Amino acid sequence: MSTPTSATYVLRGVRPYGTDPVDVVLADGVIAAIGASGTVEVPEAVTGDVTGDVIEVRAEGHVLLPGLVDLHTHLREPGREDAETVFSGTRAAAAGGFTAVHAMANTTPTQDTAGVVEQVYRLGQEAGWVDVHPVGAVTVGLGGEKLAELGAMADSAARVRVFSDDGKCVHDPVLMRRALEYVKAFDGVVAQHAQEPRLTEGAQMNEGVVSAQIGLTGWPAVAEESIIARDVLLAEHVGSRLHVCHLSTAGSVEIIRWAKGRGIDVTAEVTPHHLVLTDDLARDYDPVFKVNPPLRTAKDVEAVRAGLADGTIDIVATDHAPHPVEDKDCEWSSAAFGMTGLETALSVVQQTMVDTGRMTWADVARVLSENPARIGRITESQGRPIAVGEPANLTLVDPSAARTIDGRSQVTASDNTPFAGMELPGRVVATFLRGRATVLDGAVVDGAVVDGAATDGKTLEGVTR
Amino acid sequence: MKHLLTTQGLSKGDAILLLDTSAQMAATQSRENKKLPTLRGRTVVNLFYEDSTRTRISFETAAKRLSADVINFSAKGSSVSKGESLKDTALTLHAMGADAVVVRHSASGAAHQLAHAGWLDAGVLNAGDGMHQHPTQALLDAFTIRRHLVGNVGEDGRGTDTSAGADLSGLRVAIVGDVLHSRVARSNVYLLHTLGAEVTLVAPPTLVPVGVETWPCRVSYHLDETLEQWQPDAVMMLRVQRERMSGGSGSFFPSPMEYSRKFGFDARRLAVLPDHSIVMHPGPMNRGLEISAAAADHPRSVIVEQVANGVAVRMAALYLLLAGTDAAGTDERNTL
Repeated sequence: MSTPTSATYVLRGVRPYGTDPVDVVLADGVIAAIGASGTVEVPEAVTGDVTGDVIEVRAEGHVLLPGLVDLHTHLREPGREDAETVFSGTRAAAAGGFTAVHAMANTTPTQDTAGVVEQVYRLGQEAGWVDVHPVGAVTVGLGGEKLAELGAMADSAARVRVFSDDGKCVHDPVLMRRALEYVKAFDGVVAQHAQEPRLTEGAQMNEGVVSAQIGLTGWPAVAEESIIARDVLLAEHVGSRLHVCHLSTAGSVEIIRWAKGRGIDVTAEVTPHHLVLTDDLARDYDPVFKVNPPLRTAKDVEAVRAGLADGTIDIVATDHAPHPVEDKDCEWSSAAFGMTGLETALSVVQQTMVDTGRMTWADVARVLSENPARIGRITESQGRPIAVGEPANLTLVDPSAARTIDGRSQVTASDNTPFAGMELPGRVVATFLRGRATVLDGAVVDGAVVDGAATDGKTLEGVTR
Repeated sequence: MKHLLTTQGLSKGDAILLLDTSAQMAATQSRENKKLPTLRGRTVVNLFYEDSTRTRISFETAAKRLSADVINFSAKGSSVSKGESLKDTALTLHAMGADAVVVRHSASGAAHQLAHAGWLDAGVLNAGDGMHQHPTQALLDAFTIRRHLVGNVGEDGRGTDTSAGADLSGLRVAIVGDVLHSRVARSNVYLLHTLGAEVTLVAPPTLVPVGVETWPCRVSYHLDETLEQWQPDAVMMLRVQRERMSGGSGSFFPSPMEYSRKFGFDARRLAVLPDHSIVMHPGPMNRGLEISAAAADHPRSVIVEQVANGVAVRMAALYLLLAGTDAAGTDERNTL
């Protein structure tokens, strides 16, 4: 059954931000009505679940959130379509409750020109699962030597506002200063992958007790913290906006807290995996746990949770990093860094922050939707309030569900989830992108998207079978 | 005992059984016919991703003296050098019916992965993985220490070893040099501790890993102080890799000369030790850097004997992995 984009949805008994149940009507791409549970009239008479274009979703007790926004996604296309494509990655994003993602720049070719960012932007539009906002590289080819054409990317159809060499650190302090200054002209932000390169040559995992025992070259916390300290001072000096990607250490949280106390315009993100996993997992040398920055210690995990709860850390971003099997089915030191995260992020945040009483669902909306939308400067369409007249970018979550994670059954094209075999709480029941269901009844709605995309030159010309 | 991957977590009972079995193996090696029929028909693969002629021929000799068929699979001149993955190599060895794989690899954890990734069901014997572990080296070191300092085999090592069943309690061992990069140090710290010895690591602070505080040993930055005040019974010198040490991304110490002055072992330092003490080195030595010729060739140096004991220890390890019962049926212990 296809679900046409013109469908009207009536969400029964949903709890916006986890508050009291209401009925919510989505029509014509916006939130058309909100009323006390059971009182909202369906626009046309409904018998059963579906009548014509009206679909009623029985969702008693489910939490309604603004559609999630990921500031840090690796979609791998162009270049590594064996790991993920814009289509497969954004489909996974929808399954995880996202309505927008920022596609990181470390593609091949690099997203360092207007042409490449427009290509990724267009692939995202054609796929239709979420809004795709390409991140522009700070330096040409992520080489760390010459600024990419930041202005051209900002002025392009992709309207790039987030710039990052993620995977590489902009380690040259002069180049970092210039990038911070330059993007002010179009309200951009530099998102720094904080990793002092000399301190992390050959680094494989967190430097500490575990690395000492198992003989893997250490990635010391100071290599992250020293760059963050330098960058917040640079941002203060030139009056620029700085975003710190995937901070992972207790010391980094302290530096951000200090910087914010000083009034420096800095925002910070943490990944779901750094909220829960530790370097002890490296002991069996399973490269699925190899990630950059590396998994840290229990003390760091506690520090990033506390930082997220008190607002020092502004957002959770997935750093979704798909890799084909062969890049993980090998010696630890030969394996690729990174793990998938789009389909587990919300569950990890629920488990570590909501179920522990440290955050409300309104806080979840803040760190997974409103703040990332603001940092990415996409608040015209994303991270909006749940209110009548607002764009219907929404995520419906069943917090009482539990599921055991299996990499192969995930929507992403790659299997490298660190949560395989673990039971996580919560399940995305539905995702709406401008009123259209991309996920319904917990499953991605392929019909709607294929209907839209099939008219777009995607028929397989030349295939004779 | 299915695999021998690390000394961390090896029980004291297993460690002593390995040493006692090694002693039985060593006893057979003074016979005219050194060959035992024990592993006839079994296949042992030496899978060496790093060049190490010494370790490879030691394992090869051990396997052959137990009558096993030995296949040497080295990275050079094989499909490995053409980029075949560890997994594919493991699947190949599995298909060929290897009973035990002795693996030397530059990646820490490679032996653990071979044993546990489900690629292979052979017993895996770690012959050195990256900076992680080299368990048979530690076992041969412990065996050598026990023979000399517990078993009273005499300075020439030819006396009767009376140490069967004994541990190393009360003995002091100083391990000196590049601890940071050393799998030998890691293996020895855990094994010697399990056997009851006290261990002091001696190195410049740059060559001690962050996180060493959880290791069951002391750490000193001063060799002379350790030798004079702690009076170790055995001093084990670690190889220093010249190329990684000074300048560039190394800079672990200012110069080989300064290293040698502060941490090199020589006759002067030997003279402050107790008379019964022994000098050890896993080889290959950098004479004139971490050890002087006078110390290496001194009567109290057991370095050549370590090599001989390596064969006995590797025979014992292969035997216990593959035969699973006690050596030659001559002993009552069957605890594994």
